[in-house]
Amino acid sequence: MQLSGAEIVVRCLQEEGIDHVFGYPGGAVLFLYDELFKQDKVKHVLVRHEQAAVHAADAYARSTEKVGVALVTSGPGVTNAITGIATAYMDSIPMVILTGQVPTHAIGEDAFQECDTVGITRPCVKHNFLVKDVRDLALTIKKAFYIASTGRPGPVVVDIPKDITTHKTEFEYPKSITMRSYNPVVKGHAGQIKRAVKLLLEAKRPMIYTGGGVILGNASAELAQLVKMLGFPCTNTLMGLGGFPSTDRHFLGMLGMHGTYEANMAMQHCDVLLAVGARFDDRVIGNPKHFFEQPRQIVHVDIDPASISKRVKVDVPVVGNVRDVLKELIRQIEAARGGPDKESLKSWWSQIEQWRGRDCLKYDRASAIIKPQFVIEKLYQVTKGDAFITSDVGQHQMWAAQFYKFDKPRRWINSGGLGTMGVGLPYAMGVQMANPKATVACVTGEASIQMCIQELSTCKQYRLPLKLVNLNNRYMGMVRQWQEFFHGNRYSESYMDALPDFVKLAEAYGHVGMRVEKPADVEPALKEAFARKKDLVFLDFITDQTENVFPMVPGGKGLSEMILV
Amino acid sequence: MRHIISVLLENEAGALSRVAGLFSARGYNIESLTVAPTEDETLSRMTIVTSGSDDIIEQINKQLNKLVDVVKVVDLSEGDHIERELMLVKLRAIGKDREEMKRMADIFRGRIIDVTDKDYTVELTGPGSKLDAFLKAIDQSAILETVRTGASGIGRGDRILKV
Repeated sequence: MQLSGAEIVVRCLQEEGIDHVFGYPGGAVLFLYDELFKQDKVKHVLVRHEQAAVHAADAYARSTEKVGVALVTSGPGVTNAITGIATAYMDSIPMVILTGQVPTHAIGEDAFQECDTVGITRPCVKHNFLVKDVRDLALTIKKAFYIASTGRPGPVVVDIPKDITTHKTEFEYPKSITMRSYNPVVKGHAGQIKRAVKLLLEAKRPMIYTGGGVILGNASAELAQLVKMLGFPCTNTLMGLGGFPSTDRHFLGMLGMHGTYEANMAMQHCDVLLAVGARFDDRVIGNPKHFFEQPRQIVHVDIDPASISKRVKVDVPVVGNVRDVLKELIRQIEAARGGPDKESLKSWWSQIEQWRGRDCLKYDRASAIIKPQFVIEKLYQVTKGDAFITSDVGQHQMWAAQFYKFDKPRRWINSGGLGTMGVGLPYAMGVQMANPKATVACVTGEASIQMCIQELSTCKQYRLPLKLVNLNNRYMGMVRQWQEFFHGNRYSESYMDALPDFVKLAEAYGHVGMRVEKPADVEPALKEAFARKKDLVFLDFITDQTENVFPMVPGGKGLSEMILV
Repeated sequence: MRHIISVLLENEAGALSRVAGLFSARGYNIESLTVAPTEDETLSRMTIVTSGSDDIIEQINKQLNKLVDVVKVVDLSEGDHIERELMLVKLRAIGKDREEMKRMADIFRGRIIDVTDKDYTVELTGPGSKLDAFLKAIDQSAILETVRTGASGIGRGDRILKV
């Protein structure tokens, strides 16, 4: 039977098992929306701005193992979506973004709502396609899902001109696909893994450092097994939190610019480093020259060969799916029988415990003003550590990462690579849509939240019972902190003047708003909010304006050159 | 160090811009870049001349391989290879220069492919250095216009780049 392009797109989504599409209609996608209207397998979530559609679909993917799907119209629909696409690209999130385009005959004529989607998105996608013939449509969508979800995942854009959605052809969805130009490596090289095992077993001051790859590669169980087997210390990047249980004693906390003293010191002073699904970026190891002042052997496991030896030269590169590689590591370590040297490991741990004793995350618990760290600690207690936490970008993000102990993967949803303010609320929407029964909280700040505040309307439409934890210090906190430390206390444009009354704002959108001004009220307020199972509650915590995030590795400095509280 | 890299890629719209975009986005040098379809019309072959430290070249190779349209990448500089570039030069050829220009073209095994009463157009093929040498050997004021294709390269003997 002949189907129209629009029917084919919807059928492809159904074939891929997609249950939610986040989007916003417009002229170029009217036929697609018409087909969505006629069925109920694929549920469409109407956002209030295309950026939020992409963020929500992105979080949908992050919190599940599925591919997130967004649908936007041509021109401004696409340009609004760019921030979302770039955010997903930087964090390697599997997504397919369907974009409307002006009819093929109008392309290049500066038509109404035309933009060069393939050109504009090219630097921030894993791949993109412009469909010029309806007969290519199904195969292209199949390729898009395949590319997005395999190898190092990433967003894929499929640009579909309006006339293609009306043209008809026979529909058949390919069951499987092979592409001669795209063959992601899966299995790690056995010889390299053997070398890695030898290094690990000979280590005297070992360290395991893991990133988002462990989460995306569903390798947490294998990582936990490996750490337990070896008895080595383990740290996670911001993107890797939850990849290893934060409450386990082998966990040294997050590392990097705002990592713990013990994690950064152990990273700097270890003699063998096992890096898994992480990329040694500037926020993680600081200045690479300083990092190399201490000699160490590095094993780097990553699915993307281009991530290996990019910023830091490694000794044993292992390209492969982290889960398969970790399994093979475990198998070979078991077979090797002899474990790491117990005495050396013991003295290394006693050094680490000494660093840990520095209590680098301490803050004034007796403060009469609400300390932001205190709010996160209470949030952790009230949710029993079992909530999905999304965050925006800035100080609150770092405090959430430091003080909420994630024991499970895919529970911590934030923008690590691009650092996109405004993601928190749409992320929470995507997470709640994917996990309707779960408790979902968004840790945000009064600056970030205003970047996508319009989505409170979407939350009302879909009855999303999110809890927004607004750490309101009346400043773009991280900007303020840098200005205090590095710009002589000149707080240039970082004060958030003319803030709205967030309680009234929440109420105006049909939600519940609560303002909390005293430390003693923090816990009761959180309890009350989380007891409201059906309501979105906007908790506006008036926090200490001068609080800073510690420890801090200043930009360009080495990992062990931390500013401590 | 200078490297000459051969890339086989899907002959699809936008493939060239993916490669060019990669180089500009990551700040890699491009000395020259040539591309044309191969005997298999679904494939294009590109020759890129670039330069950089070993680390940069390693990254360039990896990043090229990562592009979904790229089928194969070979760094020709890693082994024996042949490089050729085509240049067309329009030379002023009046009076005694007319003989001189003809002679220079012959010495460099160039061919005069267009003639007017005032100028010659010379076609010259060879490694880039030979083309440079020719331009240096000619009276600079006689050079009216040049156009070069950039280098194409191929491995020697049984070094074959094919799908």
